[in-house]
Amino acid sequence: MIMAQTQTQTTAPTAPVFELIEVEQVFPVPRPGRPFMSRDTVGLRALDGVRLRIAQGASLALVGESGSGKSTLLRVLLGLDAPSGGRALYRGKPIREARAFGTGFARDVAMVYQDARGSLDPRMTVGALVAEPLRHFGIVPKGEEAARVAQLLDRVGLPADAATRYPSGLSGGQIRRVAIARALASEPSVLVADEAVSGLDVSTQAQLLTLLRGLQRDMGLTLVFITHDLGVASYLCEEIAIMYLGRIVETGPTDAVLSHPAHPYAAALRAAAPRFFEPIPEPLPGEIPSPLDLPKGCRFSSRCTAAQEDCRLRDPQLGQHGAGRAVACLHPLTETGAQASEIR
Amino acid sequence: MTDMIPSPILTLTDLTVFRGAAKILDKVNLSLAEGETLALVGESGAGKSTIATAVMRLLDGAKVDGKAELEGAGDLLALSEKQMVTLRGRRLSMIFQDAGAALNPAYTVGRQLITVLRRNLGLSKTEARARAVELFTSVGINDPEGRLSAYPHQLSGGMQQRVMVAIALACNPDLLLADEPTSALDVTIQAQIVRLILSQTRARGASCIFVLHDLALASQACDRIVVLYAGQVVEAGPARDILEHHRHPYTQQLKSCVLEIGTRELTAPEGTVPPHDRMPAGCRFATRCPRALPRCAGEAPPLIPARDGAESPLAHHFACWNPE
Repeated sequence: MIMAQTQTQTTAPTAPVFELIEVEQVFPVPRPGRPFMSRDTVGLRALDGVRLRIAQGASLALVGESGSGKSTLLRVLLGLDAPSGGRALYRGKPIREARAFGTGFARDVAMVYQDARGSLDPRMTVGALVAEPLRHFGIVPKGEEAARVAQLLDRVGLPADAATRYPSGLSGGQIRRVAIARALASEPSVLVADEAVSGLDVSTQAQLLTLLRGLQRDMGLTLVFITHDLGVASYLCEEIAIMYLGRIVETGPTDAVLSHPAHPYAAALRAAAPRFFEPIPEPLPGEIPSPLDLPKGCRFSSRCTAAQEDCRLRDPQLGQHGAGRAVACLHPLTETGAQASEIR
Repeated sequence: MTDMIPSPILTLTDLTVFRGAAKILDKVNLSLAEGETLALVGESGAGKSTIATAVMRLLDGAKVDGKAELEGAGDLLALSEKQMVTLRGRRLSMIFQDAGAALNPAYTVGRQLITVLRRNLGLSKTEARARAVELFTSVGINDPEGRLSAYPHQLSGGMQQRVMVAIALACNPDLLLADEPTSALDVTIQAQIVRLILSQTRARGASCIFVLHDLALASQACDRIVVLYAGQVVEAGPARDILEHHRHPYTQQLKSCVLEIGTRELTAPEGTVPPHDRMPAGCRFATRCPRALPRCAGEAPPLIPARDGAESPLAHHFACWNPE
């Protein structure tokens, strides 16, 4: 509903790549303070009413702090976990079903993990690591395998002799490039990356970001990029979804959302990002509450500097807010940063 | 014209660190004025953390040359470990990057703080406990009494870092070394912690060295910035001079990699820092430098003042044969 409007190439009414409808993910966890040996559990809502639509060719940044549910959402998108409520669809079919039948889903949706080094077998050479998906999915005949590996390594900016090396001999930036080459080997149309450039030096980060943007443009990839860095999100992704405690609180075109955030949490994240010579802003009070003990009403009300009385009573749902945007707030900020006074 | 040099609290002279055959820090000279906040910036391997750990005398298995003079205590590198123990915590202390790893998982955070207070200040049990509650309150920990009996794993990353700040400041040190204190934290918590460290050091008149990789954050938090490349200082000076009137091409490159919100164009620099055994003989940045001259490869440029006569060690200096 929201995402598709900003895409120009979706002329035919084809199903979006991913569609999440009121997705919930509840994990049973031990009730805090339960007696020893007791099996008393309580449901932890890691995702709560998530609505998201990712169109073919879109680039979406999923942004939020630790504990906001980004990784849980990722596991649902990849079909690693079935959501405990709602529907998670891949091209119109339930993701778990799409994943269970044939290799189509696994080939089409590639993943770059946060811990790229940990995701690569240390006993395999880079060449073997990149050739593995080629062989698994039967992408090229055996004779052309070496040539395709060389082509992939070149595409991600690694020297040809990297194929004979082992992961332990590569730097952090090179390891991420291997992980990207391996992800691209199956000729996917969707690339999902979890903090693919975090923990790197700024120059290495810049190199990888220009590579990813080039890949996305040249290959028409649909990109789902999990990050906590708003600068990265605004450089790489056309669209952004900001999560807080298991819910998407604001979504829309990245530039519009970041230049005029409507949700006070989005505004706080925006303000906290370092900017040259600006005074460090007054930070949000407190920390993200425990998902086992959500505040009443709006889940952000306990930290929101603009919370009003009804915010502690009613839980706002994600609703349309201007062109292609949606926000889950009873009193969204206006363009001037002031608050709309009437209750929506 | 000569600049007035405010009395420096810390002076490093030709600080050099070898790890095996590799020279990981090469003749670093820098001064820190009293009450000043300084940022050490650069890529990994530049030697930022090495400087901080060398000053704390916590470098294991490395050979350290040169001098690190702390005002009133003499050369820290020449002190015995016994003398050093009396200084750590009281005169200088350190906040580590990963608070979760720096705190002892087997003891409550209260016990770790109270031990510091009792050992260093000779407080009684009840005095130390009362002071610990005060400190926890001052670093913004809710329910300080209750949190004293919490184990590190029961606290969030932000809370752990607050505990670290409380322990580091417990004995009012003159010099605080903060090694990437916020890089493991979310941005909103990062703002909280940096503000906390600044307000607490300012209130005590202490000086502070931040090891950072984020230039934008350095400009927000620090008076002066020292840019390191491959174990050498390439440019140093007041934050505005470094970020707006920088002369060294490497500083320009670092700055151009900072992604601000709304950055649409990014020119990624070529290459990486050369390994220690293949370091160029001249300027270490020469292999990646867009402005390199034939001279750069063979001859190492000295650190010179950016303005004639401004020779104070706190003024803007750079090391480049072909500056911008």
